[in-house]
Amino acid sequence: MKKVLAIVLAMMLVLSAAAMAETVKIGVFEPASGDSGAGGKQEMLGMQYANKETPTVEVGGTTYDVELVYADNGSSTDKAPSAAQQLVSEGVSVVLGSYGSGVSIAGSQYFADANIPAIGVTCTNPQVTAGNSHYFRICFLDPFQGTVLANYASKELGATVAYCLGELGNDYDQGLLTYFKQAFEGLGGTVVTESFPTGTADFTSYLTNAANYGAQVFFCPVSIAYSTQIVQQAASQGATFPILGSDTLDSNVVANAAKGTNVQVIITTFYQEGASPEFDEGFKAWLNEDSEAMTNNGGNDMISAVSAMGYDAYYTALEALKAAGSVDSAAVLAALPGVSLTGVSGAIAFDEVGDAIRNSAFIKKINNETGDWEFVTEQTVE
Amino acid sequence: MNKKKIDSATIISAVIVLALYAAVFIAEQLIPATSMLFTVIKKGATYALVAVSMNLLNGFTGIFSLGQAGFMLIGAYVYGIFTIPVASRMDVYQYYNGGLVQFTLPVFAAMLLAGLAAAFFAFLIGLPVLRLKSDYLAIATLGFAEIIRALFQWDKLGPVTNGSNMLRLFPSFNDFNIKNADGTVAVYFSTLVPMLIAGVCIGVIILLINSTFGRALRAMKDDEIAAEAMGIRLASHKRLAFCISSFFAGVGGAMLAMYQTTVQAKSFTTAMTYEILLIVVIGGIGSVTGSCLSSFLFVAASEWWLRFLDQKQMIGDFEVPLLRNGFRLVVFSIIIMIVVLFFRQGIMGTKELPDLIRGLQGKNKGGADK
Amino acid sequence: MWNTVFPYLLSGISVGGQYALIAIGYTMVYGILRLINFAHGDVFMVAGIIMVYMAASGVPLWLCIPLVLILTAVIGFVIERVAYKPLRTAPRMSAMISAIGVSYTLQNLVLYVTGGLNQIYPTIPWISDSVTILGATTKMVTVVTPILTLILVVALVQLINHTKIGMAMRAVSRDFETSQLMGIKINRVISTTFVIGTFLAGVASVLYFTNYTTVIQTSGAMPGLKAFVAAVFGGIGSIPGAVVGAFIIGIAENIIKGLDIILFKAGVISGPMGLATFSDAFTFALLIIILAVKPTGLFGEKITDKV
Repeated sequence: MKKVLAIVLAMMLVLSAAAMAETVKIGVFEPASGDSGAGGKQEMLGMQYANKETPTVEVGGTTYDVELVYADNGSSTDKAPSAAQQLVSEGVSVVLGSYGSGVSIAGSQYFADANIPAIGVTCTNPQVTAGNSHYFRICFLDPFQGTVLANYASKELGATVAYCLGELGNDYDQGLLTYFKQAFEGLGGTVVTESFPTGTADFTSYLTNAANYGAQVFFCPVSIAYSTQIVQQAASQGATFPILGSDTLDSNVVANAAKGTNVQVIITTFYQEGASPEFDEGFKAWLNEDSEAMTNNGGNDMISAVSAMGYDAYYTALEALKAAGSVDSAAVLAALPGVSLTGVSGAIAFDEVGDAIRNSAFIKKINNETGDWEFVTEQTVE
Repeated sequence: MNKKKIDSATIISAVIVLALYAAVFIAEQLIPATSMLFTVIKKGATYALVAVSMNLLNGFTGIFSLGQAGFMLIGAYVYGIFTIPVASRMDVYQYYNGGLVQFTLPVFAAMLLAGLAAAFFAFLIGLPVLRLKSDYLAIATLGFAEIIRALFQWDKLGPVTNGSNMLRLFPSFNDFNIKNADGTVAVYFSTLVPMLIAGVCIGVIILLINSTFGRALRAMKDDEIAAEAMGIRLASHKRLAFCISSFFAGVGGAMLAMYQTTVQAKSFTTAMTYEILLIVVIGGIGSVTGSCLSSFLFVAASEWWLRFLDQKQMIGDFEVPLLRNGFRLVVFSIIIMIVVLFFRQGIMGTKELPDLIRGLQGKNKGGADK
Repeated sequence: MWNTVFPYLLSGISVGGQYALIAIGYTMVYGILRLINFAHGDVFMVAGIIMVYMAASGVPLWLCIPLVLILTAVIGFVIERVAYKPLRTAPRMSAMISAIGVSYTLQNLVLYVTGGLNQIYPTIPWISDSVTILGATTKMVTVVTPILTLILVVALVQLINHTKIGMAMRAVSRDFETSQLMGIKINRVISTTFVIGTFLAGVASVLYFTNYTTVIQTSGAMPGLKAFVAAVFGGIGSIPGAVVGAFIIGIAENIIKGLDIILFKAGVISGPMGLATFSDAFTFALLIIILAVKPTGLFGEKITDKV
């Protein structure tokens, strides 16, 4: 009882203290658990590092402390609404996230109703920003990503038959598969698409399917939880086709799974380590001194593209706050379309839909000996 | 015993319920719409309806069904499919050329249809399943929910169900607000309306429970063989109860869709059924009042009051240990286990609100007599 | 045709063996207590998590495996004592709800401990190696699993048929009250049942997670559910039934995953139908069919109502 009382008192103190120091709240709408938990945590790392680097912002002549407010959407569209509502009730000025397009769409309406702008970090499905005025994003889109991957599979890998695998009920996977299929078939290839139910652990039969269809490339833009298993099972089955992935696979966890095997893994992504040495160095130093951050990064200091994107998203939000000259969410919403900056992942500016104006993606592959990501090429599609 | 006479306790209960509705309505106009309170009430009302519908089976009929999530899924999808504005269909069914359905139904008609569709599926699945005994029935209905989930995600049904992509842009609770010409809200109804829908449905269920039909169900629960000997037709009563329960689960599913603003088959998992079952247990198996109360408590605790357990808290310079993401759910599950093990009656046992008031009246009268 | 189908069979047999080991726990507990132990699948998952943390803390693998098996059995024992024993005289529904509560608690505890991140299972040498059988490449564990399963089942059947505790178990499952009157120490019998069941789930977890390498709080839910279906399918209470049911379900679900290509190659369908979507659902459809046709399962005994 005493403890409860103490906690309540402490919370009141914190709240009243918060009211005294000028604080602006930025909502972090990310999965910290569930299938996308690993990716969500890495994305949050970028924001946390940026927040540590620049903990204050000057808005309209006043210096505000920036407070990140977290809400775990559990990678699930049924938990997303209450997480979104929690951020809304905390009175955040702008929301960052989410990793995963489905949860972003599920939370979208709650931000719209409260007039709070949201900045998508790595949610690449077109539906996130289409038909609304409050959702923005700083990453490229799936029609673009799908085309890049299809081009690479067809032209560089010389594949004519592609096997695509996605998770049932995952808007991100299914959307990207559709765009890949369109582009790949446009290039004269054949595509077989299959989906697995959530929670699947045994991918051996799907890998067998791919082999039986005579696939020359295995495209699986699935979350980290599944892609590590696919890579490992492909290795123990002795699969000969390369595995093609999207930005979700860009994680050291996947790279570790492929280490010491013969499986080729090729992906498209937003950021390549080395593009901004200053960021790389600072971020790694931070990971190495903060053990919790290190754990959330999967146990080593390799930089995931989503972390770099999270970092850029944080600065985009700060720019929007400055441009708005007010911490009122409606003002930030009005200011966001005009915001532009140069982030570590490249130049950021928004088009009329609220999407980032980007026309290039990095292609990376795993070095099977060292377990590192290696830069292959930067691909542009007009 | 209890004649069809309306006693004072019933009237007092009705007044309490009406006062609650009035309080919600007033609160909605005064407190900012962004408050967590309203989220909790909306979701709580939805869960209350589903929990009462489950209670009708598990508590009053003695059919242990675990198919609730499946019926909610059907309701949510039917509601979504028939209410998405035609203009938005191209966006939602973007991979299926706008889908097959090219008309919309009014919101309440769609909700009714959602319930009917769920009841229809219940009828179909009831044919083989309702002959089974308790545990087998539980696992068969649970399996049915899993089958429905896969079916709705099947690519070949995409033009109707949108495959494994989500349905969205259909009217939600916020569309019940009455707006001024400039887009600001004049009168808030977004919380009251779900309360009303759930209230009307639960009212119908209460009437059913207190009818001849309801008494027959209770007789079956106590002893099937004896009930059969008394002339109650087991099979048809069970089937009817199962369909009615599923009807309201379907309506509940439609409400959940409105609450969530999106629908995706993936989220209607067994875990959802378990949650609803736990709500029924906490409230008291066999008490409508209990199910309603515990729905609101359950939702408020898990979505609102216990949220602080998920974040680091400082008391001065002292960081409270153990608090980090996930702790809320640990505390929550321990509370549930304590209820399940030590307070098996739940909050209300098999009592209802009027019973409580009668209890109070009895006490006072007892005091006065002496 | 054989070359097309064989790899699916191989995957199916391997998964079937793992389901079988879990299913035995379900079927034994149900046989004695008439309780669907919904938490059984989660105990299986917890065994995986313990292994991950134990190996990470530097305990050598040869020591890890026996320790994990013992700890899992202890967990099974504790769960029975804490969550089921107090409810033994309560209606059956209460015990089942308690089981659901335990399942919920275990999952949330693991979510909290792991922070919701996937844990990578340690690589156990030899059984993680790749082998090629009849042209299909797979992990050694795929071959080991069915063999180990059969050995364990034979041992278990011997135990039940030829030892004193086994006789007590059979007596308790036949008639709870009467056997109590006959002087059988009922608590000991029930505890032994739980210990054996969870021990086998522990073995299954080592095999399963060596194959699939990732453990998360929900890892146990689906395998648990499917193992239960296998137990019902084979006739709950019957150990051989559970094993046969598990293999049938394991093979069927993998065939379904490959059904498109198999039918396509056989010329039955002209293009993919997306039937793999139903790999999980099919298991449950099979369950409903068997329950409708033969409610007591393949090897189950007929139960009559007593007035």
